[in-house]
Amino acid sequence: MKFVNAIGDACPIPVVKTKNAIAELGGSGTVETLVDNEIAVQNLEKMAKQKNYGFFSKKLEEGKYRVLITVGEEDLAAEGQEEPEYENCTFPVQGRKKRLVVAVNSDVMGHGDDVLGGLLIKSFIYALSQQDVLPDTILFYNGGAKLTCFHEDIIKDLQEMQERGTEVMTCGTCLNHYGIADQLKVGTVTNMYDIVEKLTTADLVVKP
Amino acid sequence: MSEKIVFCKGGGCTAKLGAGVLERVLSMLPKGEADPALLVGFDSSDDAAVYQVSDDLAIVQTLDFFPPMVDDPYIFGKIAAANALSDVYAMGGTVKTALNIVCFPESADLNILGAILQGGAEKVHEAGGNLVGGHSIADSDVKYGLSVTGFVHPKKFYKNNGGNPGDKLILTKKLGVGIICTAARVGAASEAALLEAEESMMTLNKYASEILRSYEVHACTDVTGFGLLVHLHEMLGGKLSARIFSSRVPVITEAFIHADEFLLTAAGQRNRNHVGAQVDFGGIPFAMEEVLFDPQTSGGLLAAVRPDQAEEAVKRLQGAGLPAAMIGELCEKDTAEIHVE
Repeated sequence: MKFVNAIGDACPIPVVKTKNAIAELGGSGTVETLVDNEIAVQNLEKMAKQKNYGFFSKKLEEGKYRVLITVGEEDLAAEGQEEPEYENCTFPVQGRKKRLVVAVNSDVMGHGDDVLGGLLIKSFIYALSQQDVLPDTILFYNGGAKLTCFHEDIIKDLQEMQERGTEVMTCGTCLNHYGIADQLKVGTVTNMYDIVEKLTTADLVVKP
Repeated sequence: MSEKIVFCKGGGCTAKLGAGVLERVLSMLPKGEADPALLVGFDSSDDAAVYQVSDDLAIVQTLDFFPPMVDDPYIFGKIAAANALSDVYAMGGTVKTALNIVCFPESADLNILGAILQGGAEKVHEAGGNLVGGHSIADSDVKYGLSVTGFVHPKKFYKNNGGNPGDKLILTKKLGVGIICTAARVGAASEAALLEAEESMMTLNKYASEILRSYEVHACTDVTGFGLLVHLHEMLGGKLSARIFSSRVPVITEAFIHADEFLLTAAGQRNRNHVGAQVDFGGIPFAMEEVLFDPQTSGGLLAAVRPDQAEEAVKRLQGAGLPAAMIGELCEKDTAEIHVE
């Protein structure tokens, strides 16, 4: 099973990411893709149909759809079938789970010494990536935007979390302000409306 | 040109709202008192409004702007302008004046804006029009286009749904630019295909429109974000059906390869959702279906021409260097609205 988070991605990126994941399967298996709009679901369905892959989709909530594409012998994704269980999986399960948002507003953690602050933020993100339950969303704004562009260790940790379903979003205004909009290495670009929505609909917001 | 436009998302006509959504909203707008001088308003989903000024003069008004679909700002400016000007040509008019519409991030490099506007201005001049002003807004993303005013004879303009059964359908540009630009965004398009697409998008429909004026054109529209099939659907107006000869449809061939790799736009899928159920595809390959739904930025004219004149019209269009072709015909209303074969 491979996970693809294509939330915030415009077509054809969800299809491209899913195709890459299917290629990584190297044979039979299932790829689960999260997308944020129905048109993306339909474009994935077109691909599945043309390729004779199994296809299953479900709307989880407004702006969140789960697509399962099955390659090879077992066609578990047939229409109408029970959706598979994810018991021992850290992937955010919908329903009872609280929505956790982490807001990173600086490229350092805490005040005092910025060299220390730089080390702290790096280990914060690493420790975050080692948690059993990952945040739903990590937002980067103001100085935080530099981390998703330049900090190799943090980018690697974020990429891993992203693979496991976490949304990584960086403020576009901030990227433009620092003139680094073309340097973004992980996640998607977002705007203040999304940031406000993420923060106000979260059950818990964590600021390092 | 070294400056690139940052964040080239799904731009061009792929950024249009879906036809279905739009129809719902527009149908709810209050209608003002009917003005007999308004020959075409937005209730017929035509390309531009036509307002009669005198017995032999009507003005054509239209507005179009969108986010970049290519990285080079100068080329983007040319494409956005060619696309906006096209609506006047789809009505059979001539361009007189144009106003710039610009959204641009305050913090971005102003040379980029300069290049966009330069490309746009050159196209307005090529169209024989005057650039007379504009309006700009600070915004997070780049968007550019024109508001264009043209002249047309009040009895000779092309409606988009005036076709008759038997009319031949002529398309004046190749399809596939939406798919090529989408493939380019993920690095899959060849340079040659992207150049061909850019060249096509920058080409004014002025030349096609002027040639078609020598023939009896019953209906005409430009093929843009709704793709060939949705624009054809609008041309049929619920009163006619059409046949499309898929082997004759001009296409940037590389688009088939990318369609088979599913490098498809959201707008293309919206187009399929909108009219797919009314189309009999007659077993054509999947990639061809996608090309027929592909949203075109600054696409060609689709004209319904008197049957006995179509062949000559196509020859003259081709003689002017346009990849025009006779791609189908209108027929009496049938079970399926559009038959593809």
